[in-house]
Amino acid sequence: MNDEVIIKIEGLKKHFPMGSGRFTALNGIDLSFGRGEFAGLIGPSGSGKTTLLNIIGTLDVPSEGKAIILGESVGDLSAGASASMRKSQLGFIFQSYNLFQVYTVFENVEFPLLLQNIDASKRKKMVLDALEWVGLTDKIKSKPAQLSGGESQRVAIARSMVKRPSIVLADEPTANLDAANSHNVLQTMEKLNRELHTTFIFATHDDKVIGYVRRKIFLFDGKVAKDEKIEQN
Amino acid sequence: MLAFQLALRNLLGAGLRTWLNVIVLSFAFIIIIWLKGLLEGWDRQAKNDMINWEIGTGQFWHVSYDPFDPFTLSDSHGTIPDVLTDSVNSGSLVPVLISQGTIYPNGRMQSVLIKGISPEQEVLALPSSKLKSDGVDIPAIIGKSMAESTQLKEGEYVTVRWRDKNGTFDATEIRIAAIFETNVPTVDVGQVWLSIDKVREMMLLPGEATLLITNGEGWQSTDTDEWVFKDQETLLSDIENIIKAKSFVGIIIWAILLMMAMLAVFDTQVLSIFRRQKEIGTYVALGMTRGQVVKLFTIEGAMHSVLAALVAAVYGIPLLALQAIRGISIPVESKDFGIAMAAKLYPVYSLALISGTIIIVLLVTTIVSYWPSRKIARLNPTEALRGRIQ
Repeated sequence: MNDEVIIKIEGLKKHFPMGSGRFTALNGIDLSFGRGEFAGLIGPSGSGKTTLLNIIGTLDVPSEGKAIILGESVGDLSAGASASMRKSQLGFIFQSYNLFQVYTVFENVEFPLLLQNIDASKRKKMVLDALEWVGLTDKIKSKPAQLSGGESQRVAIARSMVKRPSIVLADEPTANLDAANSHNVLQTMEKLNRELHTTFIFATHDDKVIGYVRRKIFLFDGKVAKDEKIEQN
Repeated sequence: MLAFQLALRNLLGAGLRTWLNVIVLSFAFIIIIWLKGLLEGWDRQAKNDMINWEIGTGQFWHVSYDPFDPFTLSDSHGTIPDVLTDSVNSGSLVPVLISQGTIYPNGRMQSVLIKGISPEQEVLALPSSKLKSDGVDIPAIIGKSMAESTQLKEGEYVTVRWRDKNGTFDATEIRIAAIFETNVPTVDVGQVWLSIDKVREMMLLPGEATLLITNGEGWQSTDTDEWVFKDQETLLSDIENIIKAKSFVGIIIWAILLMMAMLAVFDTQVLSIFRRQKEIGTYVALGMTRGQVVKLFTIEGAMHSVLAALVAAVYGIPLLALQAIRGISIPVESKDFGIAMAAKLYPVYSLALISGTIIIVLLVTTIVSYWPSRKIARLNPTEALRGRIQ
């Protein structure tokens, strides 16, 4: 990790309408993340970790405060600009993989590159590289329905990494996996983080994930309860 | 281009669901084209038959002649004007003299129109050469429908009675020299054709006519007040109106078919948007704007009709071509329709009909696909990512 700050969050609040009132999911978050971090947002359900991840991922906007991602304020981005940022700089990994069921593994991983209009030969090389990172080059013609949970999540990792994003946001990536597959997936992500210096931010309450992250940010009732960095050898 | 590529990939990936819609839509394509082609073929055949058997390319009418008012017949005849005599003599104008009369076939009485025409004429398709007389008897020709209704056969004699120009009744026997088959009921039903010279003699109207028919071009009204030129367009206006009325029914069937096909597309789109919420959220997360996702879904829906056109071409072109060559047997008697209708109709499939149908179906499919897809623009991507119905 270097000292370059790529995510800066200041006084972030997020409210959702609820009945006649409102529910505050995030209540004054101040955080910053440097390039190459491998951090976890840890907390029970309703603590605000997915909401924070969505705002960092420009899928949602703050109600109050600021979230500056790669130098751009999320609240000020137009729909096109935020889509453009997601397209090139942000990768997502979801709990239930969110693979396109009608596409093959190759086509799923290729998708983000299609959105960037990368030419076919370069695209093919990048997809094969990404599948090699996750050890799935033998499954390129398989459909998601033919894969195990662990394989599906590795395809999702390849899809998020294929465009070499600055930040990958993983929302409960191991929640649907058994222990062996969870470790496999986490090791894969840790390897990519080290080799490509991609910032990984997890939203999780899984101990297995917590065991891998090098920074643990505990959220409780929409606030940062503890921010703990683990020194590496 | 990307949206088309992705839409095609999604459609082909969806497998059976796509092909069911495509097949339904292809049926709609074929039936719409077939129905319109049949009406077009009928229209063309009816007009051709009317031109060949009854109206030629135009007619001079005696000023009193009204085909819808039989009481005018006694006055609607006149001497052929000098300016037209040469044309009559050369055969490019064929005079017809029409009178009311009665025949008595097999002891029954039936009102008829007695029509006199030259046995030498070549303007109409009537077998008028059979009207040449050897002086022994009076040859007449009638149509097949007339023969069936009167039970008259070739070679049989029947009594005909008429009133001459002075109002005096007279009667004689005519011989059925030929029975002709035509699709045009207005030269067949209730009509007896005789030599014009004989009719003029019977009516005491030498050199006179009710109509002058031509198959040439460039005719127009003369300056005489007694004869009015009716061009082909005017003479075909009745049949045009009937075809239009029948086309209206065709349009209703066409609209129903199109609606059914569109319902399938609409239904698929609505279901897709509910069922594919997580996919929509993922598209947005991966960098598509919601507008691009709306476009993708709209193109997906519209592409059903593109695929349907291709599928329809595979089985439809041979099927429709075969019908256009062999024709379609119509089990209804033409007289029931009141207009020329052949026992076999040959559909006509023009390029305009086919391309027009494809364009209309494509446009309507696109609209029907866009309509439910607009909802995507209002979806919250974070909720969609979780697959929550919104």
